Amino acid sequence: MASRLGWSAISLAVFVAVWWVIALAHGDFRLLPTPPLVIDALVVTAKSGALFYNLLVTLARVAASFLLAMTLGSALGILLGMSRTADRLIGPWVVLFLNLPALVIIILCYVWFGLIESAAVAAVAINKIPNVAVTLREGAASLSRDLAEMAAVYGFGPWKTLRHVILPQLAPFFAAAARSGLALVWKIVLVVELLGRPNGVGFELQTAFQLFDVATILAYAFAFGFIVQAIELGIIQPWEQAANRWRR
Amino acid sequence: MTGLVVEIGEKAFPGASGGANPPLYKDFRLEIADRAFVALLGPSGLGKTTLLNMIAGVDKAFTGRLDFTNGRRPRISYVFQSPRLLPWRTVLQNVALPLPQGADSLKRARAAIADVGLAGSEDVYPERLSLGMQRRVALARGFAVEPELLLMDEPFVSLDEANTAKLHDLLNDLIAARPTTTLFVTHDSREAVRLADRIVVLEGPPARIARDITVPLTREARRIPGEIERVRDLVVGRLQSVAAVNG
Ligand SMILES: Nc1ncnc2c1ncn2[C@@H]1O[C@H](COP(=O)(O)OP(=O)(O)OP(=O)(O)O)[C@@H](O)[C@H]1O
Ligand SMILES: [Mg+2]
Repeated sequence: MASRLGWSAISLAVFVAVWWVIALAHGDFRLLPTPPLVIDALVVTAKSGALFYNLLVTLARVAASFLLAMTLGSALGILLGMSRTADRLIGPWVVLFLNLPALVIIILCYVWFGLIESAAVAAVAINKIPNVAVTLREGAASLSRDLAEMAAVYGFGPWKTLRHVILPQLAPFFAAAARSGLALVWKIVLVVELLGRPNGVGFELQTAFQLFDVATILAYAFAFGFIVQAIELGIIQPWEQAANRWRR
Repeated sequence: MTGLVVEIGEKAFPGASGGANPPLYKDFRLEIADRAFVALLGPSGLGKTTLLNMIAGVDKAFTGRLDFTNGRRPRISYVFQSPRLLPWRTVLQNVALPLPQGADSLKRARAAIADVGLAGSEDVYPERLSLGMQRRVALARGFAVEPELLLMDEPFVSLDEANTAKLHDLLNDLIAARPTTTLFVTHDSREAVRLADRIVVLEGPPARIARDITVPLTREARRIPGEIERVRDLVVGRLQSVAAVNG
């Protein structure tokens, strides 16, 4: 763990150095600011309170749509994996939604439900649900029959079976869906904010774009990327490790 | 009372290409008395595991009936042909999970684990155990339940002789301690004679009862190799009459 963090730090430092050199060589700091200029912009937005407010708003949207998508997507995926009839009936819809461009879903949600918060969250969730469903369908379809029979013979009942037999088998699929889900959701949330919300990181980026304020754009991008990385390292990976401790 | 009668009109698995395979069982009937210890012998692939699955209620795709003499499903332990442990639960949890929840269940599980010679491995995850040890965990799970009907599918393969002898004694003690009806699948006719009071030899397909032998040995006589061999001749079909054994 420690050495992995060390390597990440070195790798990041090299990235910053390369960026700095290119920025200096290019010379136009308005188009490509140096790292200190980006930090200045970060400090300015942080002092005005805008940074934290907008990060918080965006994070709340990410959390809401992520939870919504994980819950509905898992339920749908497990249903599809367990029932062949359901898979035949609804499976093609999932493929359809999987291939629908994110922008189409966002625009339709705004057109049909208005430029409101729930439409924004729903648009993000709908984009993510098919991915989760496809992943969990795989998991549900590969559930062990041997273990299900064992649980039935020994009279585990539905609750014990779910907790000790089924969910542990699905855990790797939940983790995969959560990981790819987080990456996808936070990217789409910014687009949704840009198109139809009066606040959030996406909205701020649009404002900065209109002012050609590249330093602020980068400041927001890094701040938010940092938070998502922290969630991955601080929550998802430790949970995955705990869930995998039985493996040889 | 946990005797049972199995009547199978027909049991066939669907074939690879959609059609039905030839039936494994056709007009088959097996009656097992309360507290009997029946050993089931038969060639590989005949359908012994399938029969246990049908009795255990995990395979319901057959025509026929299952009659338990007391009218309800007995408490069943099924020691499967493979261990079927939950790899993400420790040995102790695996043995304790089938037990009714309560303060008592962990104690019972610990005792069962010690009985199969695995004291000290309670907190180990099953995949870190050898196959023979995993089998013994599965046995501990099956025994801890204190079953009325005990189904066992070649439970002692891949174990060394000393352990097998110990587990044979453990099985005998368990059965002596509580009224238990046992159906025991094995390929080892010596083991069948040593343990069972009745041996059913299957032939087929479709499976039918080729020989149905009552083992006329006392518990003491089962320790004498000569006695075992004499009954075994009968089981494998070298002798045709019980008189030859008794005489
Ligand atoms: N789920 C299944 N689907 C299709 N065929 C099956 C299935 N389970 C078992 N069979 C077939 O049924 C036959 C009997 O299988 P079974 O496992 O009952 O044999 P067995 O007598 O226990 O053999 P062994 O002594 O090798 O364990 C085999 O030919 C097997 O291929
Ligand atoms: Mg078998």
